[in-house]
Amino acid sequence: MMDLSSINPVVLVAALMVAATPILLAAIGELVVEKAGVLNLGVEGMMITGAVTGFAFAVTSGNPYLGMVAAATGGALLALIFALLTQYLMANQVATGLALTLFGLGFSALLGQGYSGVSPPRTPRLDFGWLAEIPVLGPIVFRHDPLVYVSIIIVAAVWWFLRYSRAGRILRAVGENHDAAHALGYRVRMVRVAAIAFGGACAGLGGAYLSLIRVPQWTEGMTAGAGWIALALVVFASWRPWRALLGAYLFGGIVTLQLTLQAAGWRIPVEYLAMAPYLVTIVVLVVISSGRARRTLAAPGSLGRPFHAAG
Amino acid sequence: MLRLERRPQPSRVWVWATPVLAVCLTMIAGGILFAILGKDPVAAIRMIFWDPLFSQQFAAFSRPQLLVKAGPLILIAVGLAIGFRAGIWNIGAEGQYIIGALCAAAVALAFFPSGPADVRLFGTVLFSFDAAPSRWWLFPLTIVAGAAGGFLWAMIPAILKTRFNTNEILVSLLLVYVAEKLLAAASVGWLRNPQGAGFPGSRNLSQFPAVANPEILPGTGMHWGVAIAFVAVIFGYVLLHRHMLGFHVQLAGQAPRAARFAGVAPARLVVFCLGISGLLAGLAGMFEVTGPARMITIDFNVGYGFTAIIVAFLGRLHPVGIVLAGLLMALTYIGGELAQFMLGLPSAAIQVFQGMLLFFLLALDMLSNYRIRLAYREAA
Repeated sequence: MMDLSSINPVVLVAALMVAATPILLAAIGELVVEKAGVLNLGVEGMMITGAVTGFAFAVTSGNPYLGMVAAATGGALLALIFALLTQYLMANQVATGLALTLFGLGFSALLGQGYSGVSPPRTPRLDFGWLAEIPVLGPIVFRHDPLVYVSIIIVAAVWWFLRYSRAGRILRAVGENHDAAHALGYRVRMVRVAAIAFGGACAGLGGAYLSLIRVPQWTEGMTAGAGWIALALVVFASWRPWRALLGAYLFGGIVTLQLTLQAAGWRIPVEYLAMAPYLVTIVVLVVISSGRARRTLAAPGSLGRPFHAAG
Repeated sequence: MLRLERRPQPSRVWVWATPVLAVCLTMIAGGILFAILGKDPVAAIRMIFWDPLFSQQFAAFSRPQLLVKAGPLILIAVGLAIGFRAGIWNIGAEGQYIIGALCAAAVALAFFPSGPADVRLFGTVLFSFDAAPSRWWLFPLTIVAGAAGGFLWAMIPAILKTRFNTNEILVSLLLVYVAEKLLAAASVGWLRNPQGAGFPGSRNLSQFPAVANPEILPGTGMHWGVAIAFVAVIFGYVLLHRHMLGFHVQLAGQAPRAARFAGVAPARLVVFCLGISGLLAGLAGMFEVTGPARMITIDFNVGYGFTAIIVAFLGRLHPVGIVLAGLLMALTYIGGELAQFMLGLPSAAIQVFQGMLLFFLLALDMLSNYRIRLAYREAA
């Protein structure tokens, strides 16, 4: 028998923010990449590489923050392979992104040997003192680990960057029409390589959040499609940072609710409940890509198209 | 400075030389990787690429495995290649493979000769069969079930794409995870062996001759799935290179606008490409579950659907190339297992190896599409 009264909404909201943070980080990175006109399908591969490098560095050094830096670096390095292949060797972006994911999954399994079953050093929550004691608001807003706040700051920074900074406008120009941007003298490739590296760093950080804070443990293939869900999230967000945040938290809510229902002993078998995040993502993709919503999608004009400056 | 100059047409020489070069480079990079892992690189490479075929000690066991592993890879990759050529990216073949196997196993198990068998969903009996073993039509029926399962699973992204403009890459991939959960649910629930003492996994289908898919020629690894894979290769070749539909597929991939003027209906092409690749992946799953795998288990799928993507690219999206690429990838699987047993090489190392191969291939593809020229500073 299921006991719904055991579900505490405050705990649920606090938990959904934790569940949302890894895909939010990955999605905000990919959003910048796609705004620059590049489609990197390797998010899953970069995330899991970040998860394992972060875990390994954190365990070896005993410092979770060092692990997070390593994860971002690892994700960015893997992304630079993608940048080299697609921007300089003119490889197909879809195929290269897939290669990144396949390679990342294998590479992480290789690096992660000997780390399964190990506990990472704990990441302490930020101490807000009396603020954390406020009823309802305290547990939701003031009792998280630093990375939850960092992810929100990154979203805000990306929003500001894309909207108000000169560099952000150049990046958008490159993504909307790379030929025009090139003609204006902007360095299309450089902008894109930088965006790709940033996307990789964010995905790596998202992966580290999984292995260091959310789970916290290393298991092979632990991202379980989170990278792909992040890609879907960018579409859901119509390439707008704050909508990515909203989407990630909605999604986090579904994941948390599904886990809570499992724990509360709902009669549907675990396997079917566990399908929910993927099915919901598909349904959302359908709703957002069809009908009236479609016109407001506003995908960057040069998304996924290769750029080769003639002459 | 080096400058790239786009070739008007891909170089025919380089198109076929790049895979060979990519394999060589991967061997070198792989050797370095193995050396870092503390293994003798030469011995490891030899154990992966040479010993499964030619060593007296292992060849007798390994050689038949070549076809066993290459069969599903080729079958799936031929289907994927048709879609990839049209620019339709079905990357959820792994899911279609699982669903094909599940549907085939469900049909086969419904007729399992052990008294009446119930087909259940969520604990309620949907319908009940009386066991009717050794009917000649049972094996073909299982094949149809497998093909239909894969086909229908691929129709989900296809219809969502044509009706709602939903990205087929994301949907087909996300459905892999759904299929994996269904597989887990089946092996602990509705397809579990009632006599299995509660352990996950279905009945052993090899004990049911009417649906079993054994070796056709003992000692070769040749089973019906491999035979069908070669039929699919011929079908794929005729379709792509001798048929109007194949021309439309290529046209849609290379010049979508021109294709529309030529009367190619994009929606129909999406349905066709996803359908055919799903159908072939489902078939691969069917032959695997009734043949080498023998039963449904939680870890039934081993990533053939993803490796087949590498096979398709390595084979240059050409059916004949795919046969060679499929055999080579099968060899890395077998050699990888051998190196795992003999040298203690981690199993993930082979996955990295396969991933590197795709990287090198994609990087070298530049040579077939571009000329490298020394750039001269042009007069302003």
